Amino acid sequence: MERRDFIKISGAGALALGAAAVGCAPKKKTAPAAAAEEGPEQMVYRENPVNGDKVSLIGFGCMRWPMVEKDGKRVIDQEAVNEMVDYALEHGINYFDTSPAYLMGQSEKAAGIALSRHPRDKYFIATKLSNFNNQTPEASIQMYRDSFDQLKTDYFDYYLLHSIGSGGVEAFRKRYVDNGMMEFLIKEKEAGRIRNLGFSFHGSPSDFDSLIALHDNGEYHWDFVQIEMNYVDWNHADGRRNANASYLYEELDKRGIPIVIMEPLLGGRLANVPDAIAQQMKEREPDKSIASWAFRFCGTHPRVLCALSGMTNMDPLLDNIKTFTHFKPLNEEELEFMERMATQMMEYPTVNCTDCKYCMPCPWGIDIPGIFKHYNTSVTEGRYAQTREQEDYRKLKRAYLVSYDRAIPTLRQADHCIHCGECLSHCPQSIPIPRELQRINRYIEKLKQDTL
Amino acid sequence: MLRKIRIALAVIFWLGITLLFLDFTGALHGWLGWMAKIQFLPAVLALNVAVIVGLVLLTLVFGRVYCSVICPLGVFQDGVAHLNVARKRRRKNRKPYSYSPEMKWLRYGVWVLFVIALIVGVQALVALLAPYSAWGRIVQNLFQPVYIWVNNLFASLAERAGSYAFYDKEVWLRSLPTFIVAAVTLVVVVILAWRNGRTYCNTICPVGTTLSFFSRFAMFRPMIDANVCKGCKQCEHNCKAACIDVENRRIDYSRCVDCFNCIDTCKFGGLKYRFAWGKKDSSASPQNDKPVSANDGGRRAFITGAALAVGTAALKAQEKKVDGGFATILDKEVPERDIPLTPPGSKSVKDFYRRCTACQLCVAECPNNVLRPSTDLQHLMQPEMSYERGYCRPECTRCSELCPTGAIRKITKEEKTQYHVGTARVNAELCVVEKGVECGNCARHCPAGAIMLVKDDETGYRRPVVNEEKCIGCGACENLCPARPISAITVNGRHNHIEE
Repeated sequence: MERRDFIKISGAGALALGAAAVGCAPKKKTAPAAAAEEGPEQMVYRENPVNGDKVSLIGFGCMRWPMVEKDGKRVIDQEAVNEMVDYALEHGINYFDTSPAYLMGQSEKAAGIALSRHPRDKYFIATKLSNFNNQTPEASIQMYRDSFDQLKTDYFDYYLLHSIGSGGVEAFRKRYVDNGMMEFLIKEKEAGRIRNLGFSFHGSPSDFDSLIALHDNGEYHWDFVQIEMNYVDWNHADGRRNANASYLYEELDKRGIPIVIMEPLLGGRLANVPDAIAQQMKEREPDKSIASWAFRFCGTHPRVLCALSGMTNMDPLLDNIKTFTHFKPLNEEELEFMERMATQMMEYPTVNCTDCKYCMPCPWGIDIPGIFKHYNTSVTEGRYAQTREQEDYRKLKRAYLVSYDRAIPTLRQADHCIHCGECLSHCPQSIPIPRELQRINRYIEKLKQDTL
Repeated sequence: MLRKIRIALAVIFWLGITLLFLDFTGALHGWLGWMAKIQFLPAVLALNVAVIVGLVLLTLVFGRVYCSVICPLGVFQDGVAHLNVARKRRRKNRKPYSYSPEMKWLRYGVWVLFVIALIVGVQALVALLAPYSAWGRIVQNLFQPVYIWVNNLFASLAERAGSYAFYDKEVWLRSLPTFIVAAVTLVVVVILAWRNGRTYCNTICPVGTTLSFFSRFAMFRPMIDANVCKGCKQCEHNCKAACIDVENRRIDYSRCVDCFNCIDTCKFGGLKYRFAWGKKDSSASPQNDKPVSANDGGRRAFITGAALAVGTAALKAQEKKVDGGFATILDKEVPERDIPLTPPGSKSVKDFYRRCTACQLCVAECPNNVLRPSTDLQHLMQPEMSYERGYCRPECTRCSELCPTGAIRKITKEEKTQYHVGTARVNAELCVVEKGVECGNCARHCPAGAIMLVKDDETGYRRPVVNEEKCIGCGACENLCPARPISAITVNGRHNHIEE
């Protein structure tokens, strides 16, 4: 995005803010009071129409657990995980989603340790066949079997083909059909070791069509599908490389396929929105967190079985439990409001990274998600200079450069990216990573050389 | 009163210069840069006639106040000596010092050696003896790391508080030999000052000796009033330059640094700082061959100093631990360069090394971790550039703004692009393109646009070639080259950097 455009839209955002403040003033008085009284005091559950599973509308994503340094290695903080899992179960969260690939391969084991301390029938386990690197039948079956050991269970409630879509039906066949894995998994399902078989999706509308066609023509049956959905992706995924969530939702809804949601917060970006947007949300719901809007958006759609949240510590967990125990769906007007917020959000020159770390490790040592996260936070938190002429340019420049060096070691910064393109195929968001890194580096160079 | 003024001024100058060497943020330049530029030897090397004439006139009028006020090493020695004197006083020793005759052979011998070294261009010897360089070296090598560590502590606190007031700075050993020399110099100077006050200044220091030629004839000098003097020797016992000979009622003005301690000490007002021209000359000192074992002490100090330096050499740069989720990155190694790299602003390699006093001010300052003292015997301790940790960034001209000797001339950002300090060359075998990876990072980051990518017929990948005419030698390509530990594209120095 050009700088001038950005300035223009920032201005527009501010205008909208003013308009919203005026327009919404009368509503403010009635809405929150009503919410507190009407909302149920218990966790909201959705019933899986196929098998009657009562799944909590908020699920625990096991991809962002806290890590600690131990013997020079980054390992999961098991104690913190146990505490969170106990608390989550106690407050009605019963869906836990992991993968053999998460957190450098440590997520399943940690989930197994924490969950196996509770009765198996109190929760649903979802894990995935993450055979990205080695797709031979031996390696894939080994990965499947290892998950049982790691999770200390003899059945999976929900089992997913991990991240298919991009590359269309051909890529799906290569990873799961040609090596006999689909046949194998269907047998496993018949044997009762898999209760629901589905897939997680990242890709274009045509990719999706080709996969759902398999369901329509009876070749395979999808018990559920996991999609990326939130109020920004609803209509503002680019629509080409990444299908809009509204499209995916409608297609699945039509067929009655239960939907699990990933990235309801876009990797936390929808919990920390630009001030101009946050203010409009707080105008309406002063006591509710910014993140709660994103969760309410997901929960408002009835075909959603569960929205996953990758909670890193107790605080988001408490907030999410609060959102879903006093759950109040969005009304028509509020959905329109969310759409407006999404439109404004799109006007910030952020990178569409959800910090999933699938691109890591970069063979050249670049901290890709770290650089994007720092950039996005700087943009949304207003630590982003737009021109040398602006009043607080010096301050913003220093803040950006100092925080950049703090966040990313010099050798892992964007200027060391050699554009080898290794990361491109791993990114579920199809971000043109080298190009985005170069864009950020150009910005940094302009700051350093005072040529912005 | 005079003594108090002297102390106040000395403290201001000493703190200023020392801060200049400690500061790595560039915040103090504008305020303190001049303090380095009025140092004697740098002014000589910069051919800064105004400063030289000013300092000579200052000495001709007031004596060697330069040594007591402006010279940071001199003031530092006064501080060290003062601690010992205070200790002795507490033990009721009222005779910390006593008169000793001038050590002519050593003093003038060293001076002649120094002047020859300066003319012939043995800069290592010049740098070793010059007081300002010695102090710079000590501060940069021994005190700046501590300063940075404290800064980093503040930086981590600031980080927690979400403030950008302090930022982290890497501490790394730039050159072991220079570090050892700095440590030894410090030990020698401390021992000499602790035991005998201004021994270094009056036997070794070439600047002190140079100024002594003028201070003998200074317009104002401390003078003994023979009529009042009772010969109690209180002044002699408090003279850290050991230049007051009460027996003969004489003062050796070649060694007097005008500290005015004697004036305050005399209970009878027998010493006065006054107009001396036309008065009886008392600069000649009586023959008295009392040997002072400065040499001996020096050697002993060297050995202990070396041992100490080896012990502390372990404080090597702390590298950050690699995260398990990241690919390991090998450290870069210094590539071979046929001609050393000297900073933009230096006219030529030869001119740079002739003028540089190895004070380490530029090294202490370089924000890109590019400058470090050379380990090459010919240029020992004088700086050179290398690009393992950063490169000479286009917007940075900080070393040029600071250099007091004119070795690095003051240049602007725009002028910097005119300096061609080196030329990049490609080692095709090391280039990652050879391993079948598309790269071109050198071309992407070259600020001069001197690197082009040409298609390799064999591999089909594009490999870098250098347009030597456009290359300025900044090292962006070398620093950002993914080949490790030796970059596939490295910069070799050039003899001449600018056409005039």
